[in-house]
Amino acid sequence: MRCLAHRPRPVTAALLAALTLSPVIAAAQDAEPVAQPAGITHFTLPNGLETVVIPDDRAPVVVQMVWYRIGAADEVPGKSGIAHYLEHLMFKGTDKLAPGELSKTVTANGGSDNAFTSWDFTAYFQRIASDRLPLIMGMEADRMQNLSISDDDWQAERKVVLEERAQRVDSDPAALFREEMNAILYDNHPYGRPIIGWRDEIAALTLDDANAWYDEHYAPNEAVLVIAGDVTPERARELAEEHYGPIPASDDAAPRIRPQEPQKQTDRRITMSDPRVAQPRFSRAILAPERDPGDQRQAAALTVLSELLGGSTQTSFLARELMLSGKALWVGANYDGLSLDDTEFTISMVPANGQDPEQAEADLDAALDKFVKDGIDPADLDRVKTRIRAAQVYARDSAHGRAYDYGQGLSVGLGVDDVSEWPDILGSVTEDEVMEAARLVLDGPGHVTGWLLPEKPEEPEVQK
Amino acid sequence: MIRAAFAALLALMALPAHATQIDQVTSPGGIEAWLVQDDSIPFVALDIQFKGGASMDADGKRGAINLMTGLLEEGAGQRDATAFARAVEDLGARLSFDASDDTLSIGFQALSENRDQAADLLAQALREPRFDDTAVERVRSQVQAIIRSEATDPNSIAAKEMAAQAWGDHPYATSINGTAESVAALTRQDLVQAKNRVLARDRVVVGAAGDITPEELGPLLDRILGGLPEKATAPLPDKVEPQLTGGVSVIDWDSPQTVVSFAGPGLAIDDPDYFAAYVANHILGGGGFSSRLMTEVREKRGLTYGVGTALAPGLFGDTWRGGMAGSNATTAQAIDLIRAEYARMAEGGVTEAELTDAKTYLTGEYPLRFDGNSRIASIMAGMQLMGFAPDYIDTRNDRVEAVTADDVARVAARMLDPDALRFVLVGRPEGIAE
Repeated sequence: MRCLAHRPRPVTAALLAALTLSPVIAAAQDAEPVAQPAGITHFTLPNGLETVVIPDDRAPVVVQMVWYRIGAADEVPGKSGIAHYLEHLMFKGTDKLAPGELSKTVTANGGSDNAFTSWDFTAYFQRIASDRLPLIMGMEADRMQNLSISDDDWQAERKVVLEERAQRVDSDPAALFREEMNAILYDNHPYGRPIIGWRDEIAALTLDDANAWYDEHYAPNEAVLVIAGDVTPERARELAEEHYGPIPASDDAAPRIRPQEPQKQTDRRITMSDPRVAQPRFSRAILAPERDPGDQRQAAALTVLSELLGGSTQTSFLARELMLSGKALWVGANYDGLSLDDTEFTISMVPANGQDPEQAEADLDAALDKFVKDGIDPADLDRVKTRIRAAQVYARDSAHGRAYDYGQGLSVGLGVDDVSEWPDILGSVTEDEVMEAARLVLDGPGHVTGWLLPEKPEEPEVQK
Repeated sequence: MIRAAFAALLALMALPAHATQIDQVTSPGGIEAWLVQDDSIPFVALDIQFKGGASMDADGKRGAINLMTGLLEEGAGQRDATAFARAVEDLGARLSFDASDDTLSIGFQALSENRDQAADLLAQALREPRFDDTAVERVRSQVQAIIRSEATDPNSIAAKEMAAQAWGDHPYATSINGTAESVAALTRQDLVQAKNRVLARDRVVVGAAGDITPEELGPLLDRILGGLPEKATAPLPDKVEPQLTGGVSVIDWDSPQTVVSFAGPGLAIDDPDYFAAYVANHILGGGGFSSRLMTEVREKRGLTYGVGTALAPGLFGDTWRGGMAGSNATTAQAIDLIRAEYARMAEGGVTEAELTDAKTYLTGEYPLRFDGNSRIASIMAGMQLMGFAPDYIDTRNDRVEAVTADDVARVAARMLDPDALRFVLVGRPEGIAE
């Protein structure tokens, strides 16, 4: 993640000319836009750029996001961090834009921009007054095909990435612990490598690596464009055709086939101690299926399960069993099905102060056994569904948030319909489906259990 | 439930938009609110802020208001913590309670279909919170855990040291969480008294946005807030000047990086030069990737992932501050660069091009903030906290536009003194003399 916001400088005359003069080559050839339930429009340009438009005219603001279907899990061994490093370098200029000029131009027009990288995607976005949409589309389209990185810039930026790693990971024992947990959970799949990369491998990345990554993966047919905010679908389409339409598709879009996880035979366990840890923390993860196109029921059941177990600090099952009884300070369950390959279901806990970790873990296990044995209180399931239904209403308050939902969904292989139908699928999950999901993730083998502990206190010296 | 949230104090600063119509509503019971009506989504958002916040803690009771705030959602009236939370969830409503140095703030989102029922639950939480023993002990232990965690977090360590140096015996000088000892000693009676020091109708401002008419909002305000005492039981703290001195303080911390916090005197939001300072800050370190500090420290030399500055006007005191993190080996170089940029702007001001760019950004960005009921409700509450008039939205950009290069040079010369800047370093920085 590149972090932060920005500031201005006028757009150069050359860029303006380039933007307004770009030839409109590709006319739309596909069918009428497909109507989506929430007023969402979806179409694909002839060069393969899939586009989603989410209109919201309450404020004169628009968000553009370009999601590339390429991320850290697509890297080859030994080059970890290249996807994220290239994300940084995407701000270093093109044939038309000087280094930093894209951000400066966005800022000069009152907007903000940034980018982020995950295992399955790399995304770039701008938020700006809606009449500036052509400007940002022109620049984003430009760097989709004309990136040009100077010798000075790639070396300074590699230092920035190393500082980023030092700040976000190496200085934070909890982040180091997550990295270790992950590396053990995924012992074959590249999800086991950190998105930012291992330090020594980042330090060895070169400009050639970056250019090769860019040339291979940045193309309209490997991207998703999402426009959300104060724009009509017709206007968005016209602009997409004008700016992105002329970019040729690449012909080497390889299918994203990664090494998959083998069937697990054992549970595994790690313990890490660090003097910077104040409070013992427990984490248990197990592999779980992701949302698949046309097949999201199991993922929906896992989502509802995580809500029932840990979605509320007063009403969820684990909160009642462990927090309200004073055994834990905090407990939670987490599952996010937006993933290209198998993902994880996680249970986390901070035991009550002074609680022995072994006892705390036994209490948690006992609570989970009880959940599986007793089944679900229908009132609890109804309440979770009410929360999900209300969340849909509140989610409409943020066009930016909905742009994330669709951009991320399409980046991990779902269709627009899958994203649109998701809340209804969540609302239709049955008790039986939840219990089946519970048995799937609560029974082993394959659990990775970790404790992050304070450094053991020194044995007190006996004063005589 | 207490969340380890670090309040973004600055969000209050800016506000306006294209043709935003504010209705000033006064309830039958005399409670005022600013409303931006928009019925396109069937819910309403309220942002309710009580001035004083955790700075209203009584002597010797540090942490009482923070703990009390965490207990407002842990049972009220006939309902214990679980029953209360279930009642809220059954309506699909969302309540949040947070304490900060300046305010105790409450977020309320409710669906139009059951808005009144949700309001009744919030009213009960404010009027008759139970402070059950089990809930008090549970939330107290959460706060104690946060206090312990902050003691091993370099950012918190730096913030604490800076606050202690800046604010002397003012409440701003210490953490709103209190200390392990002060929190351990708090009684139920302390919590009741803490509530009466801050939750009162003479301290409240309300921002509202969404699917509600002014005629409907008035009775809703009385429903939620009508049961509160008319007046708080203690006066607001005085506004004070920070006591920072120039120099470097180093706190030893075993880490590959040093956390760098720096601060100097700030400007009140009604200072005649506030907008000039706002523009100066944007160019110096507020403007993200292309600010002077980012250019020198990150973009040219790769010494940090991020460095920035911000004006931090508070209800009870103001600073102008910044921060970054970077390798121990290059911290000294980064600090020299920061000082040099302070000096450069103090002595030479900014260029016309920088000024133009800054204004274009600041005026262009302003309307973009008004893009959602929750954000608008917060802006409405923030404007009232700062003492602005409703027409601020229409005049704010003109005030930015009116800033000249001379104005920026004047305020930079007045405020940006590298020798008056206090640095607090947490790490093992090399080559630093305290």
